[in-house]
Amino acid sequence: MNDPFKIWSYLAQEPLLWLTVTLAAYVIGDWISARLGERPLANPVLIAILIIAAVLGISRTPYETYFEGAQFVHFMLGPATVALAVPLHANLGRVKRSLAPMAAALLAGSLTAMLSALGIAYALGVRGETLLSLAPKSATAPVALGVAEAIGGEPTLTAVLVILTGITGAIVATPLLNALGVKDWRARGFAVGVAAHGIGTAHAFRINSTAGAFSGIGMGLNAILTAILAPLVVTLFG
Amino acid sequence: MPGLALMIRNIAILLVFQLAGEMLARGAALSVPGPVIGLGALFVTLLAVPGLAERMRDTADGLLAHLSLLFVPAGVGVTAHLATFADAGLVLAAALVGSTVLAIIAGVGAFVLTARLTGARHDE
Repeated sequence: MNDPFKIWSYLAQEPLLWLTVTLAAYVIGDWISARLGERPLANPVLIAILIIAAVLGISRTPYETYFEGAQFVHFMLGPATVALAVPLHANLGRVKRSLAPMAAALLAGSLTAMLSALGIAYALGVRGETLLSLAPKSATAPVALGVAEAIGGEPTLTAVLVILTGITGAIVATPLLNALGVKDWRARGFAVGVAAHGIGTAHAFRINSTAGAFSGIGMGLNAILTAILAPLVVTLFG
Repeated sequence: MPGLALMIRNIAILLVFQLAGEMLARGAALSVPGPVIGLGALFVTLLAVPGLAERMRDTADGLLAHLSLLFVPAGVGVTAHLATFADAGLVLAAALVGSTVLAIIAGVGAFVLTARLTGARHDE
């Protein structure tokens, strides 16, 4: 008979286990979110992260080992970013009619995200590497990591802050925008994409396809603008 | 073309554009990441070949509908930074929630105001 420990040590080395755990946790998160009627706090990403973090904690698995398997899912962020060109093209007419509002919202949203995040953290005593890691947190993950590295932040901490920003955006967007009485799906989607990148965009696509398309554009444009502005903005907090 | 073959072809197209974007970003030492350049290049291609957009739509919609799954592995990275969060968790939470709410308000406000000023009315 095989030693269960041997089976475990085999599985723990292979990508199969952690890839399976990632997909299973997301399926459970998605199911719980749907069962609770898409209530904002029941965000599928948040639930999946909590489940996996618990499994890693109980099995004493380091994050690096987990990521060996989960990297296949992480890798798909690249092609998914490229795929945003398709809804952008489908909404071309609307995009053309909204160039000026998009430019204004991009600049206002991007600068507000960076300045207020750094300002709040600085006022509460955060300094150094942790503070710098905050600057690019509204940009989508691959961009934010590159920016963090360039300005002296800690890229893996930035990755976490990026995800938490996205989850926060997905949770607050609908109640906040309803309270503000904004009915224009272009404006709603675009602002969420600028502030909360891909997770905000995923949320927007679930609510309304126009909002999703504009959110994707907001995310893409803010990726570019953050790469340009973050190195300048952090000099204010040097 | 049957569904799966079409999907494989579409994913190959996405990867080709990502690869081209990565090569350009690294080759020219641009600060814009490869996938974003790939997005721009695919968009220009779709403008030139409108039929391609129709054939790629289902694959793109399927991928984007589950975009949030793709952020899970990076999010689990929180387990590697428990010390930082034990130390500065509340402060970071205040910064993240505060800045995200303010950024959404600023963005949506600027969009609605500019749309009104320029007469770029919405069509729904």
